[in-house]
Amino acid sequence: MKEKLLDIKNLTIHYITDDGVVKAVNGIDIELNKGETLGLVGETGAGKTTTALGIMRLVPNPPGKILSGEINFEGNDLLKLPEGEMRKIRGNKISMIFQDPMTSLNPVMTVGEQLAEVIQIHEGLSNEEAIEKAKKMLELVGIPGARHTDYPHQFSGGMKQRVVIAIALACNPQLLIADEPTTALDVTIQAQVLDLMKRLKEEFNTAMILITHDLGVVAEVCDKVAIMYAGEIVESASLEDLFENPKHPYTLGLFGSIPNLEEEVERLNPIKGLMPDPTNLPSGCPFHPRCPKAKDLCKIQVPKTTDLGNGHKVRCLIYEGLVEA
Amino acid sequence: MAKNKMAMAGLGILLILILLAIFADVIAPYEEVAIKQNLAMRLKGPSAEHWLGTDEFGRDIFARIIHGARVSLKVGIVAVGISILIGGSLGAVAAYYGGKVDNFIMRFMDILLAVPSILLAIAIVSALGSSLFNLMLAIGIASVPSYARIVIASVLSIKDQEFIEAARAIGANDFIIITRHIIPNALAPVIVQGTLGVAGAILSTAGLSFIGLGIQPPAPEWGSMLAGGRAYLRDAWHVTTFPGLVIMITILALNLLGDGLRDALDPKLKQ
Repeated sequence: MKEKLLDIKNLTIHYITDDGVVKAVNGIDIELNKGETLGLVGETGAGKTTTALGIMRLVPNPPGKILSGEINFEGNDLLKLPEGEMRKIRGNKISMIFQDPMTSLNPVMTVGEQLAEVIQIHEGLSNEEAIEKAKKMLELVGIPGARHTDYPHQFSGGMKQRVVIAIALACNPQLLIADEPTTALDVTIQAQVLDLMKRLKEEFNTAMILITHDLGVVAEVCDKVAIMYAGEIVESASLEDLFENPKHPYTLGLFGSIPNLEEEVERLNPIKGLMPDPTNLPSGCPFHPRCPKAKDLCKIQVPKTTDLGNGHKVRCLIYEGLVEA
Repeated sequence: MAKNKMAMAGLGILLILILLAIFADVIAPYEEVAIKQNLAMRLKGPSAEHWLGTDEFGRDIFARIIHGARVSLKVGIVAVGISILIGGSLGAVAAYYGGKVDNFIMRFMDILLAVPSILLAIAIVSALGSSLFNLMLAIGIASVPSYARIVIASVLSIKDQEFIEAARAIGANDFIIITRHIIPNALAPVIVQGTLGVAGAILSTAGLSFIGLGIQPPAPEWGSMLAGGRAYLRDAWHVTTFPGLVIMITILALNLLGDGLRDALDPKLKQ
């Protein structure tokens, strides 16, 4: 049995604004063991980033509010920790890589200073020692250590993302949350950065939550996958189970919309409709307005999580036996 | 910045002025030359003895200009210091806390902005009485709103940027975020405005002295020298021309320096 690192139970995060309550995350459960990689997949607005910020306890407040749930990390509930303790965890035990490397580095500090900053905050080293370690971290991500005196604008996008990865891994965290780390990069650089993250993750034995909307990226890097829709995890399983045997109509739709290399198709086959407005989620199953298999009951009854065995969980009335497929 | 010739020229002129001001007593003793009247030597043009001529009381204009530099530069720098300190902290507080605090502070600033700054300075000096400190205070307060506006704008744009969130995500506390991430990013426009503001403050001092609310005679000050020589413009052009030129050159130098600083503080223009 692997050691459990992160156990999120019933996490609910809403943004309370003048125009209504944005139900960004609605009671999700996530489990992650040490060294494992979870792919969190979903469309824009599915609540992936909010989940990540929730784990870091960085949901902007106001308007964001963590309404309920537990985030157990190494046995402590992060939601109950005082802010000062939480600061000691951020960047040290849990790190985050943001989507856009162009804006997640401070433009007026050299990359060496920014790397040294996180090392100094958590390891209490002297300036010189921190800079030395910063150089080593840069070398580790494939940037010459001598470039530690350069400013972020002197690096290309891919190199900036490497710097960001170096910052995130500088204190050897237990958990790395990568929020669409490759979305802002072009495809060849994406592959490089993913390889780098995969290699370093194995080297440091770091668990990772990889947020993405690219199933290809998931297939390459992850051990487990959770599919998010409208703030809920609709299906979660091991990588093989999910790719070989997807169950939820939404997951099926996602796979259906990927064009097949071998067949000539005139048009792509998307999931019809759009993501529901998170201030006004549909009744019953949030996916029912777009679901090809939806029946009347789906409009009324909220599906529960059904365990199909081997850790494969799905939230759909079909698998509760209430609706015929 | 060393590559920017204009900015270096500005800096050079300023350094010369500052040195002249510091060694003013050595070059031309205050009591004997700068304020001692000599009616026999009234309104004499430039000569070997009096490089820039003499004024309406026979005092050496060069000596009065370098002694006046002490006052003008001090007023300029201290007044700008006062406005950056007050305006900057008010602006930062407003931007940081937002909501009602922001509203209260900025509406007050709007009221101050609605009054022309020279009029505000005149009002403050007349209310407090004319002394060097009151003059600096008046000029400083009069330009508080512009610094508050600059700081609030830059802090607002910076505090929501992703690198601030990233700094939070590495466990930085508010102090580190404010001092290492927000202030250095917000500072550039303030420093630039500051150097330009010194020029403005020197002009305001000259203006206030010109109308008799600034430095009191017989102490030399550029603006009051202008005011004093105005009556003799027809016969003795040098009495107003030289102080006027010095004001112009000083302000030009400060503006060049300000432009250079703006470029130097932008890391994107660094080589």
